[in-house]
Amino acid sequence: MSDILVDIQHLTFKRGDRVIYDDMSMQFQRGKVTAIMGPSGIGKTTLLRLIGGQLKPEQGKILINGQDIPQLNRKDLYKARQKMSMLFQSGAMFSDMSVYDNVAFPIREHTRLPEDIIRLMVLMKLEAVGLRGARDLMPAELSGGMARRAALARAIALDPQLIMYDEPFAGQDPISMGVIVRLIRSLNNALGLTSVVVSHDVNEVMSIADYVYVVAEQKVIGQGTPEELRAHPSALVQQFLQGESDGPVPFHFKAASYSTELMELAK
Amino acid sequence: MIVDKLQQLGQKSIAKIQGMGRATVMLFGALVAWPTPRKSFPLLLKQLYVVGVLSLLIILVSGLFIGMVLALQGYTVLSKFGAEQMLGPLVALSLLRELGPVVTALLFAGRAGSALTAEIGLMKATEQLSGMEMMAVDPLRRIIAPRFWAGVISMPLLAMIFTAVGILGGHLVGVDWLGVDSGGYWSAMQANVDFQQDIMNGVIKSAVFALIVTWIALHKGFDAVPTSEGISQATTQTVVTSSLAVLGFDFILTAVMFGG
Amino acid sequence: MTSRKIEVLVGLFVALAIAAFMLLSLKVANSGMAGSGETYMLYAKFENIGGLKVRSPIKVGGVVVGRVRSINLDTEEYSPVVAMEIDSQYNNFPETSSVAILTSGLLGEQYLGLQPGFVDETVSILKSGDYVEDTKSAIVLEELIGQFLFNRGSN
Repeated sequence: MSDILVDIQHLTFKRGDRVIYDDMSMQFQRGKVTAIMGPSGIGKTTLLRLIGGQLKPEQGKILINGQDIPQLNRKDLYKARQKMSMLFQSGAMFSDMSVYDNVAFPIREHTRLPEDIIRLMVLMKLEAVGLRGARDLMPAELSGGMARRAALARAIALDPQLIMYDEPFAGQDPISMGVIVRLIRSLNNALGLTSVVVSHDVNEVMSIADYVYVVAEQKVIGQGTPEELRAHPSALVQQFLQGESDGPVPFHFKAASYSTELMELAK
Repeated sequence: MIVDKLQQLGQKSIAKIQGMGRATVMLFGALVAWPTPRKSFPLLLKQLYVVGVLSLLIILVSGLFIGMVLALQGYTVLSKFGAEQMLGPLVALSLLRELGPVVTALLFAGRAGSALTAEIGLMKATEQLSGMEMMAVDPLRRIIAPRFWAGVISMPLLAMIFTAVGILGGHLVGVDWLGVDSGGYWSAMQANVDFQQDIMNGVIKSAVFALIVTWIALHKGFDAVPTSEGISQATTQTVVTSSLAVLGFDFILTAVMFGG
Repeated sequence: MTSRKIEVLVGLFVALAIAAFMLLSLKVANSGMAGSGETYMLYAKFENIGGLKVRSPIKVGGVVVGRVRSINLDTEEYSPVVAMEIDSQYNNFPETSSVAILTSGLLGEQYLGLQPGFVDETVSILKSGDYVEDTKSAIVLEELIGQFLFNRGSN
């Protein structure tokens, strides 16, 4: 079990009075693709921000390489962040720079390498995502899928240990979805990354993940390899995997009985 | 009823004070530990261009027209008392002490301030700031700090250009059109304008306004609700808040500098 | 990284601002005095300074040679003492010189008129810190009218 890169222990996080996570624990294996699935609105992105140290939990530990992220001071936190990367849903490309400069940005910020070496590195990363030809375009000129690939090139620019994908498949056409699925898998294998994918696209996630956590109602309701999950006894997990409209998560938002409200109108 | 109103008032005051606290924390975070000049100078230069050079045209045109209007209005009143030779001091003193710093600050809030708020709000909404933070680059130092310094440096320069152009505009109308003696225009001005009292105080005023406007603009952008509605609201707030703050501080500064 | 165009334009912007500052300080303000810096002090006691203020000009034949530095009240005689800051290029006023508080125009500002006196072997030159003995106070309009009425009455 020494092969765990990220170890989340007894995490509790509240936003105002609302409890987002209640005593939740997870482990991400080094070199594996771990997926976190769950219905929208349960704070999956929040989890990534907690791992990145942008938010602080109420209670619990988030250990990365044995370092407890919430306890780090500013300097150590910034050092720890250099070893991780996050791919945002929108891509978060810097809109005032070309694709080339976007990918070069982290290299220029954190190293003092000469420009010709930076050029080599940038072209290598762009080649990996298939966008070497688009290096002079501005982010506004890219399609959504291309922007996400360019952002991926930027995220791997400094060869991080951990890369977190926030809804990488949301709003993509089937072709770019396929491209991204392939990229996540191949980058993970080629660069020896540890990947965390947060998503609610069941099929794509099941096809690439080594291990899956299903999160709902503030805690982990099911975990295991994709095969184990398909045979999971929990009705909630099954409803989520099958995409059924009614079940433990009801179709109707909490409300008074329909017939009583109709009767009130008639009075 | 009254308790409700009091509660509302309390809530609003607490929110305002919290906002000011966040603004102070933001500025502090941006200005502490200024990084290496190798990286920060090109950034500052770029922002000087965006904030300063791009505001130049509107400053030149408005300065010219305000100077011309001042001369025209001043001349009609002064000529009633046969005091046309006082036109120079009238134009110069109003521009140096009041209109230069104040109008520049208001125009700056409308032109550069709103643009800063919108730009930073948009960067926040598109997760660029978050992304930068996750790349272990502090957005306060990378984004806020150069914009802050660019604003603080640009505005006094713009105010000086505004004033100079205004005085030339006054000359254009007063001397070339209305026929006030050119030598008189300049010499009466020189006799009544004091370097320390008028020019330096004007520069101090515009430096204070620069700080206020830039700070408000950056804070509103950084604190904006990251939606298109939130950004448009923040932009409006920047212009309104900073204009009011400029006028309020102008009264205080004027009272301190010229009142006693 | 930053293009040449931006650098040139920012340079132009700063140059324009410097030009504006030069225009303001040289052409608009009376920096003739502020520039040289070298000055020396003379003092003068008046009975009444009228509307004289700190930084009022000191003129010789209409030419500004200095400014009023400060105005204090002598606590023994209760008469105002005016400290005059005079440009050191005008440093040979004899001790027979006189100062008067004058008014420029009917409603204008008050200023100090310095009238150089005669020079011979017995007369020394005023040094920094000396007092100008011969002074004429400001004309106060109310006193003038009072005198006029008094004279009319005695006739």
